Amino acid sequence: MNYDRILIRYGEISTKGRNRHKFVEKLKKSIQLAISDFPNAKVQGQRERMYIVLNGENGDEIIERIRGIFGIQSFSPAVKTTKDIEEMKSAALTLFREVYKEEKSFKITAKRADKTYELDTNELNQEFGAHLLKNIPNLRVDVKNPDIDLRVEVRPEATYLSCENIQGAGGLPIGSSGKAMLMLSGGIDSPVAGYLSMKRGLEVEAVHFFSPPFTSERSKQKVIELTEKLAKANGGYFTLHIVPFTAIQQAIQKQIPENYTMTTTRRMMLKITDHLRAKHDGLAIVTGESLGQVASQTLESMYAINDVTSTPILRPLVMMDKTDIINMAKEIDTHDISIQPYEDCCTVFVPASPKTKPKKDKVEYYESFFDFEPLIQKAVQNTETIRISPQEKAEIEELF
Amino acid sequence: MIYFDNSATTKPYKEVIDSFMKVTTEYFGNPSSLHRMGGEAEKLLNIARKQVAELLEVRPSELIFTSGGTESNNLAVKGAALMHRNRGKHIVTTVIEHASIKETFHQLEELGFHVTYLPVDREGRVQVKDVEQALSGDTILVSVMHVNNEVGTIQPIEKIGNLLKNYPKILFHVDNIQGIGKVPLNLQTSSIDLCSFSAHKFHGLKGTGFLYVRDGVKISPLLTGGDQERKHRSGTENVAGIVALAKALRLTLENEKKLLTRLQQVKETIVHGISELEEVIIHTPAQGSAPHIINFSIKGFKAEVFVHALGEKDIFVSTTSACSSKKQSASSTLMAMGVNEQIAKSAIRISLSYDNTTEEALFVVKAIKEMVNQLKEVMN
Repeated sequence: MNYDRILIRYGEISTKGRNRHKFVEKLKKSIQLAISDFPNAKVQGQRERMYIVLNGENGDEIIERIRGIFGIQSFSPAVKTTKDIEEMKSAALTLFREVYKEEKSFKITAKRADKTYELDTNELNQEFGAHLLKNIPNLRVDVKNPDIDLRVEVRPEATYLSCENIQGAGGLPIGSSGKAMLMLSGGIDSPVAGYLSMKRGLEVEAVHFFSPPFTSERSKQKVIELTEKLAKANGGYFTLHIVPFTAIQQAIQKQIPENYTMTTTRRMMLKITDHLRAKHDGLAIVTGESLGQVASQTLESMYAINDVTSTPILRPLVMMDKTDIINMAKEIDTHDISIQPYEDCCTVFVPASPKTKPKKDKVEYYESFFDFEPLIQKAVQNTETIRISPQEKAEIEELF
Repeated sequence: MIYFDNSATTKPYKEVIDSFMKVTTEYFGNPSSLHRMGGEAEKLLNIARKQVAELLEVRPSELIFTSGGTESNNLAVKGAALMHRNRGKHIVTTVIEHASIKETFHQLEELGFHVTYLPVDREGRVQVKDVEQALSGDTILVSVMHVNNEVGTIQPIEKIGNLLKNYPKILFHVDNIQGIGKVPLNLQTSSIDLCSFSAHKFHGLKGTGFLYVRDGVKISPLLTGGDQERKHRSGTENVAGIVALAKALRLTLENEKKLLTRLQQVKETIVHGISELEEVIIHTPAQGSAPHIINFSIKGFKAEVFVHALGEKDIFVSTTSACSSKKQSASSTLMAMGVNEQIAKSAIRISLSYDNTTEEALFVVKAIKEMVNQLKEVMN
């Protein structure tokens, strides 16, 4: 289809009242980021609609880029015309002829956002329907189940014509709900939790605990690959913090009774993540925990671990079944990376029988014999920050 | 320089060499190594495998990277025959296959397999009914090339595949080394179990290729060792070569979309031009042949003399297939097509790529005409 713009409809954003402006701005930024290598394409944000004006850029490629962007309810390749009825009708016919094939049925869906326009919705429907029927032989009307739905939107500034309505990714624009730190292990669950958080409008930075030499470079590589997949929903950008965790894990092994090492390990991780959250201006921590899945995810464990912070911990998967999480991981293309068999810091020091019902008092008592704070500060200070960006990926892509 | 010997090998694309250089200097780690460099190399290998799979519309797990066409053909035929030797001992191929198939079947014959070599018609095409007649309860493998490397005839692969659907015990191997990027072949709809490819025939580098093995099909490995390529082909992966292969395949298939019509025009220009000489007999069938191969004889002239004479003008063509051209015997494909031995001995093959132009074609036609007239005087 020979379209000159893409019309974007918001989902929930348009119900957000006075905050709408902020949401629209975030969405605009997401889209601009995703299509930044199409310099001529311009994004125009308005209260109820957004347009990408192509200015000669490849529309089909741009459509592929915006499919995954959160905050878009649906979008349509469209043509802009004036509000002169004759001009509108002739533009509609040209557009229609491009998508029309013999035997196809159609309907007209007119919308009149400009209430001062001389024709009302019904009259517009009739006017356009009649024009197409007159000019295309054997054309069939089917208002219930048409093959082609020609939408005519008469807006104050102009009229927009489109034939296709493409489903968007839904959700809220990334960043519109604030910022959170995602605890990313390398397993199946945490990338899914990250994805769902981003879909709900969170700007997410990942935190990964790395224990060389007990965990390998390959496991770090795996986490980078996972963030690259998450970056797809964010125009190719993502921030990943790698925390050096070896010293703390060794201290835990020395200080804490074996069946409580797991509980303390999680508490330390949460403390460090909370420090990083404060440092990078986040307001929440996201985890991939699912209730009862493993020893650290029983309600008793959550209670004992969660106690180290009052920062909201968001657990998008807490009530989900493992099979559903796996399916979702496959959908977002992280599953096959997650199942690569590299040790991570949680599997290396796993005790033979971790407490499934740890007591908060006991774990606090065990930890009281050692001052972990300096080690925690050091880990935060020495955290390596990796910024995934499309430019970096381009170097690899160039090889292929 | 006019290079018209692309069925022997193609010139690697510059972008392909750039990728090879970069990977082999910067990502030289062994994909099986545990450290970061190993991880990076493995990542490149995975991306390459995924890209090739997507281009051919198959799964990444269905590809085994090899050292090229000869190994792919050996692995397919020996791997299938040896794996399933207890199911049956009868294997089927044609009389016009490349040496890497023909000699492999000969070797299996010595090991006790029974082989049927199917004949071809005057256009060099195998008949589906002949395939059907050859099959017995003892048959375990049928191997037919897609595009013949000497005359360019396209074989009825999809029809043979449909026939073999009724014989679940029989594996179907296709040598698509000459066909890729020139003649479309859908591996799924043609019910192909095994399919061979070689990168240097599509502007990749020598020493790289791959075999498609449909999921669920079992074959014995030829090379055992470190269990690379899911145990099908041990040996440290040629990561740089494989990345280069993936790029070469992408570029070739893009060219196929853009330039196929031009390639056909170049071929037609040559066919049309040389047909004007009364001494010329064209062996490549007018219909159902690949767009890049023209095989013809010039009556009364030794092919070798002709190849050398053109070579002096910086025009490179071939006598028969490069692999058998040094043997100085008549092309077995042409003999199987019923061509007279004297005529077959004077056969010349021109084989094109998407880089070739109509101007080059016109230049070569003119050169051939001049040469025929000159040589005619000498020989008479």
